[in-house]
Amino acid sequence: MLKIENLHASVEGKDILKGLTLTVGAGEVHAIMGPNGSGKSTLGHVLAGRPGYTVTAGTVEFLGQNVLEMETEERAHLGIFLAFQYPVEIPGVSNMEFLKASVDTMREQRGLTPLDAVSFMKQAREACAAVDLELDFLKRGVNEGFSGGEKKRNELMQMMLLEPRLAVMDETDSGLDIDALQVVAQGVNTMRAADRSFILVTHYQRLLEYIEPDFVHVLAGGRIVRSGDKTLALELEEKGYAWLEDEVA
Amino acid sequence: MPNFMEQALDYAQSNAPVWLQPTVSEGRQLWEKQALPTRKTEAWKYTGVHNLRQPYAVGESTAVALKDLSLSLPDLDAHRVVFINGHYRAELSSDELPQGVELVRFAQATAEQSAEIAKYLGTIVSKHDHVFASLNDASLTDGVFLSVAPGIVVDKPIQLVWITASQTAAFTTTQRLLVLAGANSSATVIEHFAGVRGEQAAFTNGMTELLVQAGATLEHYRLHLEEGAAMHVGGVHARLLANATLNSFHLALGSVLKRIDVVVDFQGAGAHCELNGVYLPRGEEHIDYHTCLEHAVPHCTSSETFRGIVGDSASAVFNGRIHIHRDAQKTRAELSNKNLLTSTRAEVNTKPELEIYADDVLCAHGATVAQLDETALHYLRTRGVSKAEAEVMLNFGFINEVVDGVRLDTLRAYLRPLLALRFSRDPQLARHLA
Repeated sequence: MLKIENLHASVEGKDILKGLTLTVGAGEVHAIMGPNGSGKSTLGHVLAGRPGYTVTAGTVEFLGQNVLEMETEERAHLGIFLAFQYPVEIPGVSNMEFLKASVDTMREQRGLTPLDAVSFMKQAREACAAVDLELDFLKRGVNEGFSGGEKKRNELMQMMLLEPRLAVMDETDSGLDIDALQVVAQGVNTMRAADRSFILVTHYQRLLEYIEPDFVHVLAGGRIVRSGDKTLALELEEKGYAWLEDEVA
Repeated sequence: MPNFMEQALDYAQSNAPVWLQPTVSEGRQLWEKQALPTRKTEAWKYTGVHNLRQPYAVGESTAVALKDLSLSLPDLDAHRVVFINGHYRAELSSDELPQGVELVRFAQATAEQSAEIAKYLGTIVSKHDHVFASLNDASLTDGVFLSVAPGIVVDKPIQLVWITASQTAAFTTTQRLLVLAGANSSATVIEHFAGVRGEQAAFTNGMTELLVQAGATLEHYRLHLEEGAAMHVGGVHARLLANATLNSFHLALGSVLKRIDVVVDFQGAGAHCELNGVYLPRGEEHIDYHTCLEHAVPHCTSSETFRGIVGDSASAVFNGRIHIHRDAQKTRAELSNKNLLTSTRAEVNTKPELEIYADDVLCAHGATVAQLDETALHYLRTRGVSKAEAEVMLNFGFINEVVDGVRLDTLRAYLRPLLALRFSRDPQLARHLA
């Protein structure tokens, strides 16, 4: 489904990703862990086509298509979704308008007719309930004045409404209390499907207690330095990252 | 003083009702003594009036029907009074008025009514500070006096519409409104200016005076929807007595020249004013709002928010002055002006001006000029929204907070789609906003 080969990327002239290679098959859940500054978030932003993130070498193929040549919205249409570590506040644009615009566009891209207002409301209500957000949040500005946890749940709600083929969750678990973490985990678990893959970027093994990954990778110095199954996460929890960094060095 | 207004002034002198003639002559004398502002006049530094210097015909009482104006007036469920090119149009106006509301046209005032009007007319605006106020006096042949009796609560809004329709040559019209909101009354007044796009310049000189008496609440809207070659120079001058409330909302779409002065004079303790506005010039258009809050007495509050989006080669001016006099202790005043430039050629000159002579007051002010937020744009695009639609949504979002503050539901419902379309010539891109 997703094939990243020898990806090099820089931000403001600084090389962050230095030869990252990763293959994600349909229906798989991959966890990416690693120390601060190793390039975890950069990977998500490069996949989403954020301005200022320059790919200097390598390829990214998603569903057989060259993603790197696509505009951000085209990548979204193809089914790539990034749950932001720091979701953007947009005062003046209501969550509802935003979600409707987004869902309509995605449906259009899939050759479906736009949802009528009633059906959309029904879906939005269900999604709100699933992530434990009050309906009131639909009327508020996008992420405006939301707490950290509410922002993360809003990201999850968007994912549920947009039904992507690949969801990259960038530290969706950080800053969440245990209840919120369970809500997020449950959301991801119910979305797991044979044709939908996940990349979970996380610092902590804790999330993986609730979402069982098929693969765990360690990103250090802009490359994946170790891959394994979920036991790797436990090992990291116990030993930290230093031993790996030493090994690589 | 240049004589480009001569025709209109002569017309006023021979056509003004007798009781108004002293006002007209006095206005003319003053106008002819005063100099037109230049770029060296501080309050006109960024707004040139050179476009005004052309001979104007007088607005004609044309027989044009509303449907021929290719302009539809919104149904705001309001009592409506319509003028076209300065002339009252009975067939477009409602003849009934709510109880306790008196609406008198200057041209038709009885002796008793004219005496009442003369008592207030010109007492709220300072003709010496505002050269176009003396021009307004000098050009008067008609006007509207709206009086709400003490204690009356008017349920329906009162909508005053001034339309400029194309004539064969450049022409001028004069708008004048005097509102007397009686003690403890409550009413909503909508001033609605619209034009029909034409090659000929229509210069409107508008002047509104609002006297909000003790304990009264006035909801006031002034919509400048004239576009194209239209020019509008004028203003709203309000005086608030004790515990009066004025909520005043302003909107200006661009045209060749718009200059609106809004002056609120606090003359009674406990008065409150909320002043909000939105201006949206594009193309080569120019809009200038000069607001001034004169806090002369203690215990008054004011809150002011203006937002502007300036596109293409357009320009805007916002000057927000708050003047807190020595006696105005315990004043609370806040002012915010934010601007969005959507093109590298767009220009805005914003200046908050605080002048405080009292020592126990709470004041805050701020002004910003920015471009569209790239991270917000990117965020919307990661959710599949096209760049073009995301830009329209963000533009609208920038003014939406102010538009959402419009209390009158019917008006908000009318404005939202109108403004959403303002940011896109393709209605598809505004489909999620209306």
